[in-house]
Amino acid sequence: MTVDSERESPTRDLPGILEEDAEQWTAKLRNAAIDALPPQRLMPDRQPAYVASWIYVFGVLTLAALAVVIATGMVLAIMGPTWWHVSPVGHFVNSLHLWSVESFFAFMVVHLWGSFFMAAWRGKRRLTWVFGAFAFLASVGTAFTGYLSQQNFDSQWIGTQAKDGINSTGAGAVFNVLNFGQMLMWHIVLLPLAVGVIVGVHVLLVRRRGVVPPFALDEPGEPDDPPGTAGIAGSAGTASVEGEA
Amino acid sequence: MPPTSRSERRSRSFKPDRDVAEWRGAYVRYDLVKEFLVALGVVALLVVLLTVAFSSPDETPVTVRSWSTNNPVDFAQTAITELDGTSESATYGPPYNTGSNDTQSIGFFSPEKWVGVHIPINTAQDFVIGPLRTLPDRPDVTAALDRYQAAPASQQQAWTAAYEKAVASATFSNGVLHVVHGAYGPVAAIIGDLTSMARSGALDGALVSSRQFYATDYTKPLLFIADGNYLNDLAGAQHLQGNQWGMMNETGNYPGQAWLWLYTLWYQVPPMNSSSSGDLEVWAIMMLLSLVMILVPFIPGLRSVPRWSRVYRLIWRQHYRSLATTPGTSAKT
Amino acid sequence: MSVIAAVSQFVLGALFDLNRPGHYVHWGFIQLSVANLVVIGIMIVLFVAAILIPYRREGGDR
Repeated sequence: MTVDSERESPTRDLPGILEEDAEQWTAKLRNAAIDALPPQRLMPDRQPAYVASWIYVFGVLTLAALAVVIATGMVLAIMGPTWWHVSPVGHFVNSLHLWSVESFFAFMVVHLWGSFFMAAWRGKRRLTWVFGAFAFLASVGTAFTGYLSQQNFDSQWIGTQAKDGINSTGAGAVFNVLNFGQMLMWHIVLLPLAVGVIVGVHVLLVRRRGVVPPFALDEPGEPDDPPGTAGIAGSAGTASVEGEA
Repeated sequence: MPPTSRSERRSRSFKPDRDVAEWRGAYVRYDLVKEFLVALGVVALLVVLLTVAFSSPDETPVTVRSWSTNNPVDFAQTAITELDGTSESATYGPPYNTGSNDTQSIGFFSPEKWVGVHIPINTAQDFVIGPLRTLPDRPDVTAALDRYQAAPASQQQAWTAAYEKAVASATFSNGVLHVVHGAYGPVAAIIGDLTSMARSGALDGALVSSRQFYATDYTKPLLFIADGNYLNDLAGAQHLQGNQWGMMNETGNYPGQAWLWLYTLWYQVPPMNSSSSGDLEVWAIMMLLSLVMILVPFIPGLRSVPRWSRVYRLIWRQHYRSLATTPGTSAKT
Repeated sequence: MSVIAAVSQFVLGALFDLNRPGHYVHWGFIQLSVANLVVIGIMIVLFVAAILIPYRREGGDR
C-alpha cells in the first residue's frame, strides 16, 4: 500500500512491529486478519465490471433493513415491552419495527433468489452461501420469538399453537414458547447476537472472495472447460486476454 | 487466494456449477459506503411510509377473566375436563405430564418421550384445586375441595363424569351457572366457584403466580385458555387456525409471516394433515429441506439449476454484450 | 399546540385501517391472505424488475 508522502504515517507514534514479537497470539491473529482481509479487500473502491445489475442492491438493502430492525428494536428496549400498548409513540415505533422486519425478509428472499440464479457459491464461495442460509434460518427464529414477545392476542395464539410443533421435537422441555420472559430474552439477546455474527461472517466472506464472476457462455452440451486453462478457479481469466488494453 | 499448482488443477476437473475462473478483467468505481447509506435512507423512508400508512395490529389478549365473562359455559366445560384430567393439557404428555399414550413418534424415534417431563403440569391441582384454595374466608369452598379430595378415585370419576355430561347443556344467568340437577357431589360447587373466581380476575393472578413475586411465565393460564373453545373461535374468525394456513397470517388485513409458507403447507397435505404425529413429521421434513437449502452448493443437479435456467443471461447481459464487442475477447471461452 | 397535536395524530395514527376482517384467496387446498399475496407479488415484481431494468453506472473502466 503506498502512503501519500505528503501525509505522516498513521502509525508514527506506535511501537514498531518487530520480528521477535511475531510468535505472540496477538501478532498471529493480526497477521491472519490482514492476510485474509487487507484494507483494500475489506473496503474496496472498485468492483468487477460485471457487477452491473439492480439485483446486486438487494444484499445491501437487506443489510440496511436489518440495521433499521435493530435500531427500532433498541428504541423499544429503552422503554420496555409494555410501552407500545400504552403509548401512541410506542405504537409508532413498534410499527416501524414490524415493517422493517417485513422489508428485511422481502429483500433477503429476493437477494436469495438472485444469489441462487447467479450460482453465487461457485469458486470457493460455498461457505458464503452456507452462512447466508443460516442467516435466513436464524432470522426466522428471531422473528418467531419477536411475535411471541408482543404480549397480545397474536402472541397467545402463536405460542399455544407453536408449542405443539416444538414439543414434538423434545425441545419444548427447555424452549418454552409460553414463557414470555424466556422468549423475550431469546429475542433481544441470544438470537440477534447469532444473526449478527452469522451476517457479519457472511459479509466478510463476500469481501474476501469477491462477487462471483459470471458463467462462461458455451455451447449447450459442450464441456465447460475454459480453453487455455488446465482446470479450476485460479487459472487464467475469461474476460480479457492478459496484456491487452 | 494462493494460486493452485498446474498439477493440482489437472487432477480436479472444472465443474461449471461448482467452479469459476476468477476475474482478470476490468474493475469500475463502486462506492460501498455510499451505497449502504443510500440504501439505509431508502429503507428508513420506506418503513416510515408504511408505518404512517398502516401502523401495526395489537389485538387485546384473552384473559381467563375475559373468557369466563364472555363465555362462562365454555369456561365451565373446560374446567371440568381439567379437574377430571381429560383436557388436552391434562393428557398432553411430555413436557407437561405423562398423561398421554399418544406421544408423537416416527417409528422408534420419539424425542419428546426421550426428553420427558420438564414443565410439570397437573391440571386438577394447578388449574382448579390449587387456585381455589387461595381464596380466603371461604369455608364452603374449602369444605367442597376437602370432600372431593377425600373421596376415592372411583367416586371422583363418577361425580365428574356426570357433571361433564350435564354441563354440555348448561346455561348462565344472574352470575350463576345453571346445570340440571344430578349427582355431582361437591363438583358442581367447585366448578361454579372456579367460574366466579375466573370472572373476578383472581384466577388469572393465581395461575401466573409462582414461588416468587415477579412472574414472566404464562404457561399455566395459556394452557388453560387454549383448552377451551373461546381462544380457538377468535383465532378462526381471524383465519389463524392451522387448517386455514393460519401460520402465515396476521390478524386483520396485515401481512404476516409469508416466509412460513412451506412449513404450513405440509400440515395441509396427507398424511401429515390427519396424523397424530403430524407435528414431528412436518418438523422432520422441514429439517431435511433446510439442510438441502444449506447444502445447495454441494448437491449435483440442484446446483445446476441456475445454469440450466439461463436466468443469469439476463442478469449479466451487459457483461456478455461488452465481451462480444471488445476486440480480442469473447463471451464464449 | 393544537397544530402539533393534529400533526402527531396524523403521523401516529394509521391512514388505512387494516384491522378490519381480512380477505383471503382460496385456490384448491391453498388459502392465502390477500395481504401476504400482495407482499409475495411485490417481491416477484422486484426480482423481475431488478434483472430486467438496465443498470447504468457513472465512472469509467480501469
